[in-house]
Amino acid sequence: MKKNLNNKILLIVVVLAVCVYGIFGVPSGFTGKALMEAMTKRIHLGLDLRGGAHLILQVKVEEAVNAETDNTVALIKQELNTANVNYSQVYKPDPAKATLIKVEGVPADKASDARLMLESKYTNEYDVAGGDQTGSFTLTMKPLLVTALEKKTVSQAIEAIRDRVDALGISEPQIQEYGLGDYQVLVDLPGVENESQIESIIQGTNRLEIHAVVGGPYKDEQEAVASQGGSIPADVELKKFSGMMEGGSMAESVYVLQRASIVAGNDFRSADPGINSNTGQREVEFTLTNEAGDRFYDYTSKNVGRNMAVVMNDRVREVAVIKGAIRDRGEIEGAFTPEEVQALSKLLRTGALPASLQQLEKRFVGASLGTDSIRQGITAAIVGILVVMAFMLIYYRGSGINADLALILNLVILLGFMGAFGATLTLPGIAGVILTIGMGVDSNVLIFERIREEVRAGKVPASAVDQGFAHAWVTIVDTHVTTIVSAAILFIFGSGPVKGFATTLTVGLIANLFTAVFVSRVIFDAHLNKMKPGELVSI
Amino acid sequence: MDWLRLKWYFLAFSMIFSVAGLISMGAHMRSIGSPVPLGVDFKGGTQVQMQFDQTPDTNRIRQAMSAAGIRDASIQNIEKTVDQPNGNEVLISLPEQQDESSLDAGRQQIMDALQKHYDSTIGPSNVRNVQVVGPTVGKQLEKQALLATLYSMAGMLIYLWFRFQLIYGVAAVVACFHDTLITVGAFALLNKEISLTVIAAILTLVGYSMNDTIVVFDRIRENLRLSRRESLPDVVNRSINQTLSRTVLTSGLTFLTVLSLFIFGGQVLNGFSFALVVGILIGTYSSIAIAAPMLVAWQEWRTRRGKVTVLPAAKRPRG
Repeated sequence: MKKNLNNKILLIVVVLAVCVYGIFGVPSGFTGKALMEAMTKRIHLGLDLRGGAHLILQVKVEEAVNAETDNTVALIKQELNTANVNYSQVYKPDPAKATLIKVEGVPADKASDARLMLESKYTNEYDVAGGDQTGSFTLTMKPLLVTALEKKTVSQAIEAIRDRVDALGISEPQIQEYGLGDYQVLVDLPGVENESQIESIIQGTNRLEIHAVVGGPYKDEQEAVASQGGSIPADVELKKFSGMMEGGSMAESVYVLQRASIVAGNDFRSADPGINSNTGQREVEFTLTNEAGDRFYDYTSKNVGRNMAVVMNDRVREVAVIKGAIRDRGEIEGAFTPEEVQALSKLLRTGALPASLQQLEKRFVGASLGTDSIRQGITAAIVGILVVMAFMLIYYRGSGINADLALILNLVILLGFMGAFGATLTLPGIAGVILTIGMGVDSNVLIFERIREEVRAGKVPASAVDQGFAHAWVTIVDTHVTTIVSAAILFIFGSGPVKGFATTLTVGLIANLFTAVFVSRVIFDAHLNKMKPGELVSI
Repeated sequence: MDWLRLKWYFLAFSMIFSVAGLISMGAHMRSIGSPVPLGVDFKGGTQVQMQFDQTPDTNRIRQAMSAAGIRDASIQNIEKTVDQPNGNEVLISLPEQQDESSLDAGRQQIMDALQKHYDSTIGPSNVRNVQVVGPTVGKQLEKQALLATLYSMAGMLIYLWFRFQLIYGVAAVVACFHDTLITVGAFALLNKEISLTVIAAILTLVGYSMNDTIVVFDRIRENLRLSRRESLPDVVNRSINQTLSRTVLTSGLTFLTVLSLFIFGGQVLNGFSFALVVGILIGTYSSIAIAAPMLVAWQEWRTRRGKVTVLPAAKRPRG
């Protein structure tokens, strides 16, 4: 009996040691400061305690799909021209369906040639249909390919965001896919000092493109449409531009642009501010990737003197004249101020996104609120613990010490778990700890009340303790399971801070099963062993 | 003490608070379109918490907003708390933007408006907290909260059906519903906002109320097994009396810890701790006043319909 008891005590001490290690690791010293340092390395503070930003961004994957098919449209036109096949138009008939391309107006004698050519070049990516008398073909992007492209877009976007976040020097950022297949990205940036720092990440999250200018500037949309003969053909689009006009006034105008971009997104390799050696004006010097460089050369050599527009976030940012053929190294000139040149270079560099990102949700907790929250949470916790401990001592006398020891051990195990698994402590998490105290002590109350009943009924101490634990056990399990079930549901459905609450509550209650039943029992047994016959339990 | 005799008083008490809550919710529904004031999490929109060096003048802030062309901005002073006696904090909210692409514009507009028309020294360091929620996410969170609540109740029902009998489960779930209704009603009556953390608190108090009810049910089950000759009402009464000391103690202690949280826990957790404070009181009350009498009423109803069965002892518990 005694040996059994000693084993049990050993088990408790081991658990205690493991948990203390979980909390502190191996601290560099034993001063208060060193211990705090060691602890904060193990137990991570959530955003609401540390301060920082939380973003949910939607990756507009449609843009990537659209860009891909726009590209294909341009290529098809080239191919048909090279093969000397006439056509009336190649376009995307339905703006809502980015994956459908239609070729129309192919004369009947060339129909089979065209079909052969389309199939040989595009059958991997598209399902080709049509031909014969109608002279029109449809190409539909294969669904598997669409999904693959969308997924690739999201991972590229995550990469780009990661690059920018690293450039800001934020420690322990969290960037990952979020939600169930909706192409959303979660970005958690702890320790961001003030909110404007986030802007540099968010602002640059726009896809950058260069389009050929078909016509403009027009005063407004009606004029632009009129210039195209009353309706907008499928291969052009209207975009607004607000900027300095001649004479130095700000005005809005509308440009008609080619829908397919010449170069876009990650075609840009770098962009830096520079000074034009001839004019002495500020300009942006950029480089493109090799493959994009070829395309750009192709276009610019054929279109000297025409305008091209730099489009970002659905608006025209700059309109520049093509002065000569540009391969992969070029300049964007304009009357830039130093800030504008910096900003534009940065936009070009960081605009290397495969698709735009849209903010769905943003939360930012300032560091001052974070420290306040920590202080308030800990105050509330300490007050709660002290009140409960004092009460147990007063009401249950000697056994109260038992309950208090179990309570302290409960908290140590809870914190140890969190440290060992690198769990994140949030403000609701601290509330969960406080709740664990209140609900955990319930187990002790159940047991002690039962023991009191048995003592009143005349049982000897050993038997009373025995009966008390036996009867209370069933109820303790029931109550803990129901609370853990609702905490589990909270964990599944909850967001970050709420998850923290569910975690501390669950772990606290499981730990409570151990401390309130096993540890309390051991303490009782140890005390009973030492008691003289006839002595009563202090309860 | 014969608790069951008091059941009509209990019912009246519950009805009064439930109806008061429902009326208040109805009034809110008509004025703001939702039964309870909703936090940014569900409503969507922009909410900026600013701290000023001196006491802020909400009227001037409101003027600053309209001068900058911001409509529908709502300005709210944040109450001073025990340890933040010189708050000087203000909550500025903009309603939901229909179009997500202008999501961040709201916050920037607020900052600009304050800088231009209120105090040019306002800068990022005055910003304590920002929450911007687009309509998509708002609806997602709403759905999640609702699902979580329903699953929670269903889970409890199944667990109790498994450990006891169906009627026990039903009685407990009805008690939980009652608790949730009165707690949400309290929010409506006192015009407090419901945010995600408040939903977490409500789910917790569902768990807690279940706890409490189970303790009484366990005792009833045990007593029924021990004495087959007593009538159900007598057994129920005795069980309640026996568990009373435990109930008062635990609820009291949990209530004290939650009260500590409410007083010292700060403004961020205010809604959360309020829900728990109300919830724990009502949760304890409902186990005695709603769940237990329901068991007796059920049996009486069955006896009157001719199925004479004393509520049999529930399944033998394992372990």
